Amino acid sequence: MFKRPREDARASLRFTFDGAAVEAREGDSVAAALLAAGATPCRTTPVSGAPRAPYCMMGVCFDCLVVVDGVGNRQACLVPVRDGMAVESQRGKRELGA
Amino acid sequence: MIHAAPDYDAAVIGGGLVGSAIAWGLARVGQRVIVLDEGDIALRASRGNFALVWVQNKGNGLAPYAGWTLNSATLWPDFAQELLDETGLDVKYQRPGGFHMVLSEREYEVREASLKRLHAQPGVPHYEWEMMDHARLASFLPDIGPEVVGASYSAWDGHCNSLRLFRALNVAMQKRGVDYRSNAAVSDVSHTAGEFRLSTAIGEVRAGKVVVAAGVANARIGAMVGLDVPVRAQRGQLLVTEKVAPFLHYPVSTIRQTDEGGVMLGDSQEEKTEAVVGHKVIAVLADRAQRMFPRLGSLNIVRTWAALRVMTKDGFPIYEQSSRCPGAFVATCHSGVTLAAGHALTVAPLIARGLLPEELFQPFSTRRFHVQKAA
Amino acid sequence: MSDIRDEYDVAVIGAGPAGMAAASLCARARMSTVLFDEQPAPGGQIYRGITRSPFSDRSILGPDYWAGEPVAREFAASGAQYVPRATVWSLTPEREVGVSIAGEGAQLLQAKHVVIATGALERPFPIPGWTLPGVMTAGAAQTMLKSSGIVPSGHTVLAGTGPLLWLLAWQLLRTGASIDAILDTTARESRARANAHLASFVLSPYLMKGLKLLREVRRRVRVINDVTAVEAQGEGRVQTVAYVCASSAMPVQLPVDNLLLHQGVVPNVNLAMSVGIEHRWDGEQLAFVPVLTPFGGTSVPGIYIAGDGGGIAGAQAAGWRGILSASDIVHAVHPQAAKRAAATAQAALKRFTRGRRFLDAYYRPAAQFRQPAGDTIVCRCEEVTARQIVDTVALGCPGPNQMKSFLRCGMGPCQGRLCGLTVTELIARQRNVSPQEVGYYRLRPPVKPITIAELAALPKDEAAVKAVVRI
Repeated sequence: MFKRPREDARASLRFTFDGAAVEAREGDSVAAALLAAGATPCRTTPVSGAPRAPYCMMGVCFDCLVVVDGVGNRQACLVPVRDGMAVESQRGKRELGA
Repeated sequence: MIHAAPDYDAAVIGGGLVGSAIAWGLARVGQRVIVLDEGDIALRASRGNFALVWVQNKGNGLAPYAGWTLNSATLWPDFAQELLDETGLDVKYQRPGGFHMVLSEREYEVREASLKRLHAQPGVPHYEWEMMDHARLASFLPDIGPEVVGASYSAWDGHCNSLRLFRALNVAMQKRGVDYRSNAAVSDVSHTAGEFRLSTAIGEVRAGKVVVAAGVANARIGAMVGLDVPVRAQRGQLLVTEKVAPFLHYPVSTIRQTDEGGVMLGDSQEEKTEAVVGHKVIAVLADRAQRMFPRLGSLNIVRTWAALRVMTKDGFPIYEQSSRCPGAFVATCHSGVTLAAGHALTVAPLIARGLLPEELFQPFSTRRFHVQKAA
Repeated sequence: MSDIRDEYDVAVIGAGPAGMAAASLCARARMSTVLFDEQPAPGGQIYRGITRSPFSDRSILGPDYWAGEPVAREFAASGAQYVPRATVWSLTPEREVGVSIAGEGAQLLQAKHVVIATGALERPFPIPGWTLPGVMTAGAAQTMLKSSGIVPSGHTVLAGTGPLLWLLAWQLLRTGASIDAILDTTARESRARANAHLASFVLSPYLMKGLKLLREVRRRVRVINDVTAVEAQGEGRVQTVAYVCASSAMPVQLPVDNLLLHQGVVPNVNLAMSVGIEHRWDGEQLAFVPVLTPFGGTSVPGIYIAGDGGGIAGAQAAGWRGILSASDIVHAVHPQAAKRAAATAQAALKRFTRGRRFLDAYYRPAAQFRQPAGDTIVCRCEEVTARQIVDTVALGCPGPNQMKSFLRCGMGPCQGRLCGLTVTELIARQRNVSPQEVGYYRLRPPVKPITIAELAALPKDEAAVKAVVRI
């Protein structure tokens, strides 16, 4: 569970996670926004299907993998939120794209 | 004076796929075996393989190699089953048939000519193969790109999980009492009074027979037992992707999807002796893979391998018994996965009995190089 | 478009204190300098968000954090080409850099000198349940705080040892966040052994600052001392944390929503090792560190390592090491200025490395937290357990690379960053040899994932094509 500061001067953004709307701020990584919104786990592992959520927030653990605008296995902590982004949980192995 | 019998029936020098398959095969027929392997960072060809159990286009220039490969492929299902029964590890051998894809008319012509030439050689067993054009290939592999001209296909081709194979062989060796030693480099082998004395990093080892299966070190070690083994290191690079939901159900000679989900892309043949990765070769590998299956483009490469293949002068295996030191054998090849079944179930029992029959193994002896020289 | 040139005098990798300082000096010396960093803004980890902080109240993050502001300003003014959202996936001993820029694809460029300033990462903390959602590193919480002002709420427990754990606690308290408990795993034996270095610590810049911070946190948060075991428990996410400590016979359970782990940081070795730079096991830092000259030069000519990647010494030391490496680079063109910069940096470094050995010894993570047992996951990517690794050593497997072949540990996308040290130490203990003898994973490019399409677009030559297309 996380909470945002009472005052945040940064612009408001909106994206979706598994179809549901999520509020974010300019400069948030997707991972930070998901954690602030309580939207975890963000993936299940391809090996055992175990649930995982962001762990290191610095791009080295690869536990924050999500699907961003149709592209799987993106590290959510390295992707800045963009208004209108469609993010989905990474369920197991990545699907081969178009 | 009573001479103590040697501690082992056979000392296998080299714990890669060739050495392990033979060592397990020897133990399987009741031999007491020690495997002398090097350490964690060594020039391990076995780690860099593509895991193909491949028959097509084998034997061009040495007809018996076609039959030898087919022998191993025929034994593979039983080999995999035995390992599963003994260790509980499934090496995921699958034989859906395999393809060698081509990206130009010229590549198609060269491939077809090569296969025709191979099968026209006397002594090559008859087995089915086929050239396919783009349309026919697409009925098997719907994701092929527009630049794909076609492919050669053989129902005899397949693949396995080669890392699991390696692990299964190690577990199976242990269960059968094989003495596996790492960091046990061999510095000398002497042959006296019908036994072999090996000087190694772990001390002296005495064995009734010696099997040299030490990869790129075969030349140096073979010489210790009177075997002239002309091998060289040849670099091969591979790329591996992240785990992907299954989409490729047939192995292609240069692209296969493992049972774990990763897609392997290969492979290069470079006359280089450092196992380091090079940008330009990687770019070519990635480019060809993408042209074969455009949908691969967005996948992430998470790992590359650069391993040193063990290449003989003509690329064909060497199996030979030393005449100067009877009881010393050498086994070397670059298709350690394909030939693993043959090594375990055909070669090993023959070595256990102390003889590689001329009829079967004469074509694979190093005398073929001397004949070429004389000619 | 970033307009990356084919050639630079200097390529710096990493926009933390070391990288920014190195790039600034080289650029000021009129050498063509480019700095690549993965994040969208400079600062690295320690100064994350320094140019776009959500905080107007500077007292929350404290003066040590804001010391990064002039560094970032100087970097921006220096004339170095700054390329954010750039992932360096490859570096050759000949100093060819492979970089992938978000939205632009992969490129190769040649540099006459390279400074690797990729810093450190959290030491793995493999406790049972550490993969459960809701368990994160202290650094992760700090990053969220610095970048977005987001703080943990609900039941929050910190566990581990090391100065950064206490710094995070202090920063969180200043935001008004509450911390249910700090489970201090600092070992009694470590505290005793650290006294050997006490004298230099007392003279160091760390003493007064550290004591003040510790005292304030201990006043406001419940601290459990001498914790010898920690376990994260729950279904689908962490719900309780269980611990064993010296003063309780039975394990104690606490409800938890956020379990933040930290037991020090270690050099991020992946890029450096993939070039073939020589490293050795450091028994005090309990990590592999590069073998460096006093100027940060490595075993590969033309490539330097500056900052915590060269061994953990903190943010201030990192900046000075960046200057030291840069002074060696610019020496040929500006010998006098280089000499002066080097002298200043060397004197400052003496100051900022004093007391580090005390910190290393005092906060030395206990063995049971570095070498887990049983079903505790060691390799998070491939879900390989401690028991599997130990059993495989018994099969005769001598090192991490054979281990990788057998069990797939280290084959995931993190490339061993979260399991490498654990695997090496487990093998070392099982074989009763030193980690130096066991070695580490053999690392190769790409050190970060890169797409097939990006690789396919790179330049090729006839020799490369011939090596692949054999007709």
